[in-house]
Amino acid sequence: MSPDYEIVIGLEVHAELKTQTKIFCSCSTAFGAEPNTQTCPICAGFPGALPVLNRQVVDLAIRAGLALHCEIPAMCKFDRKNYFYPDLPHGYQVSQFDFPVCKQGYLDIDIEGQKKRVGVTRAHMEEDAGKLVHQGDITTTPFSLVDLNRSGVALLEIVSEPDMRSAQEARAYLEKLRSMLLFAGVSDCKMQEGSLRCDANVSVRPFGQQEFGTRCEIKNLNSFRALERAIEYEAKRHMEALEDGTELFQETRTWDEEKQMTRSMRSKEEAHDYRYFPEPDLPPLFISREWVDEVRAALPEMPEQAQQRLMEVYGLPEYDAALLTLTPETLDFFDRCVQEYPDAKTIANWMMGEFSRLLNQTNQEIGDSHLTPDHLVQMLRLVDDGTISGKIAKTVLEDMFNSGQSPQEIIKAKGLVQISDADTLLPLIEDIVGANPKVVEDYKSGKGKAMGFFVGQIMKATKGQANPALVNELLKKVLDSIQ
Amino acid sequence: MALTIKEVEHVAQLARLKLTEEEKVKFAQQLSTVLDYADTLNAISTEGVEPLIHILPIRNVFREDQRKPSMEREEILANAPLAEGFQYKVPKIM
Repeated sequence: MSPDYEIVIGLEVHAELKTQTKIFCSCSTAFGAEPNTQTCPICAGFPGALPVLNRQVVDLAIRAGLALHCEIPAMCKFDRKNYFYPDLPHGYQVSQFDFPVCKQGYLDIDIEGQKKRVGVTRAHMEEDAGKLVHQGDITTTPFSLVDLNRSGVALLEIVSEPDMRSAQEARAYLEKLRSMLLFAGVSDCKMQEGSLRCDANVSVRPFGQQEFGTRCEIKNLNSFRALERAIEYEAKRHMEALEDGTELFQETRTWDEEKQMTRSMRSKEEAHDYRYFPEPDLPPLFISREWVDEVRAALPEMPEQAQQRLMEVYGLPEYDAALLTLTPETLDFFDRCVQEYPDAKTIANWMMGEFSRLLNQTNQEIGDSHLTPDHLVQMLRLVDDGTISGKIAKTVLEDMFNSGQSPQEIIKAKGLVQISDADTLLPLIEDIVGANPKVVEDYKSGKGKAMGFFVGQIMKATKGQANPALVNELLKKVLDSIQ
Repeated sequence: MALTIKEVEHVAQLARLKLTEEEKVKFAQQLSTVLDYADTLNAISTEGVEPLIHILPIRNVFREDQRKPSMEREEILANAPLAEGFQYKVPKIM
C-alpha cells in the first residue's frame, strides 16, 4: 500500500441473536429447516398481521451493548426502513433509526502489541430478510425462489466509528467483536451460516487530509480473509483512481470471492432513500436502570477478564492468554485441563500448537473435535512419565483428535510405547555410527550437525519411539569412545 | 409548496410506479395541495413540546421467547401468485 495515502474503514456487523423464536412472532429460528416451514402471517408479511416484540431479543441486545461498553438509553423505538426487494415481504424492514437500543461504546483491539480503541457508534435491533435462491443457471433463468424461514429472525446491527486504518485492524476488530459476542452468549457468530455478517465502509485520503475520501460500502464478506482481501483490493482501487484523477462514486459493491475483486452492485441513480418513519405497530421501549443492572449482574466472564486471570493465576504470557480466550470453548477447554494438570504453559503450547493446527486443517471449532480435555491431560502425563516421547505424542494427539480414543488405547493398539531400554538402543546406535564413518569424522572436527544427523537416523530406525534423552546420552558415549 | 415533476418522478420510482407525463403533472398538483394542507400545522408553535413517538399511551409490550407452531406451508403458500418447490417464485432481480 502506498505510504502517501491513509485508508479509513468502518464496519457494520450483523449478528443473529440467539433466540428460540423470531423477533416479532413465535416461529422457530432453527437453522437448516425445509423452505418456508417456519413462517406465519407476521413474518411472511401478510396485511393486518401485528408484530409483538420478543423480550429475549431486548435482553440480548442490552447484554451485547454492555459487553461493548455502550450506553443503554432509557428509551428506544422501532422504525420502518422502506425498500423493495423480493426477500423482504413487507416492503420495509423493521429496524431502529434515530433511537437505537445501544450507543457510544468501544472495543479495544491489539495490533502488534499496541492497544487501539475502536469506537462503536451504535447497535440496534432489527429483523432479518428471507433468502433468495436462484433457480437453475443464474445467467439464463428469469426466476428466483424465496424462502422466508429467515425472515423475522432477530439481528443486532453493530456500527463502528470509521476508526480503523488497515485491513489488519479491521480484521482484529471483527475478531474481537466476535469473541465478545460469543462470551456474552448473545450470538453463535458462525460466519459460514450467516449468523455473523460484515459490511465494510472503505475510503482513502491523502495523509494529513481532514475530510474523508469517497466512501464505498462492500457487502458479502463471509470470512475474515474475505474482509481483509476486499479492503486491500478496494483501497488499491481508490488509490489508483486518486493517482489517475479518475472520479470515484459513493456506491455499494460486492466482494466476488471467485475473482478476488469488488464489483459495483447498484448505480448511483438508485441511491437509497429509505424514508424511515416510526413503526406504528410497535410501542416504544423504556428500559429501566434496574433492568440494565440485572443484565449487567448476569454477564459472564468476558475475554479481557479471562485473559487477565490466565496471566495472573497461571503466569501465561499475554500472547498465549489472548489466544486461549478467543472463544468461550477454547477457554473452557483450557480451564478443564488446568484443573487436572499443573503445567499451564505446556497445556497452552499443545492447544496453540498441534491442536490448533489440526482444527485449522479440518476447518473445525474446538467443540466439534473428538479431543477432550481429559484425554489431553492423560497424554501429557504419559509424556511426563516417559511412556511416550513428545514426538510420538503428536501422533497420539492426532489420533485422539480424529477418533476420540483415549491415549492409552491408541498407544496400545499402535505399539507406540517409547523405547527407554539401553540394551535395545545401544546395538542400533553402534550400527548406525559404524555405517557412517564420514559423519563421525565431521563430529570429531566439531561439526554440530553431525550429532543431529545421527539422532535423526536413530529416530527413523525406531519410528520415533526412542527416548530422545537416552538416545543423546548413548550416542555421545558411542561417538566419544571412537578414537 | 409546489412539487416539481422531478420530485414526483423520484417518489414514483421509490414506489415502483410508472406514470404517464399527464399523470406526473396531475400528481404534482395534487401532492402539492396535500403538502400545503399539512403545512398549516406549522402555524402552531411546538416549542417545548416533546415529539410524539407513538400515538397510544402504551409502552413495553412483550411476548416470551417460546415457540409456537408455524403455519402449514401449503396453506401459507396458497396465497402466493407463483410458487414452486414450496418456495415463492419471483422475477429475477439481479
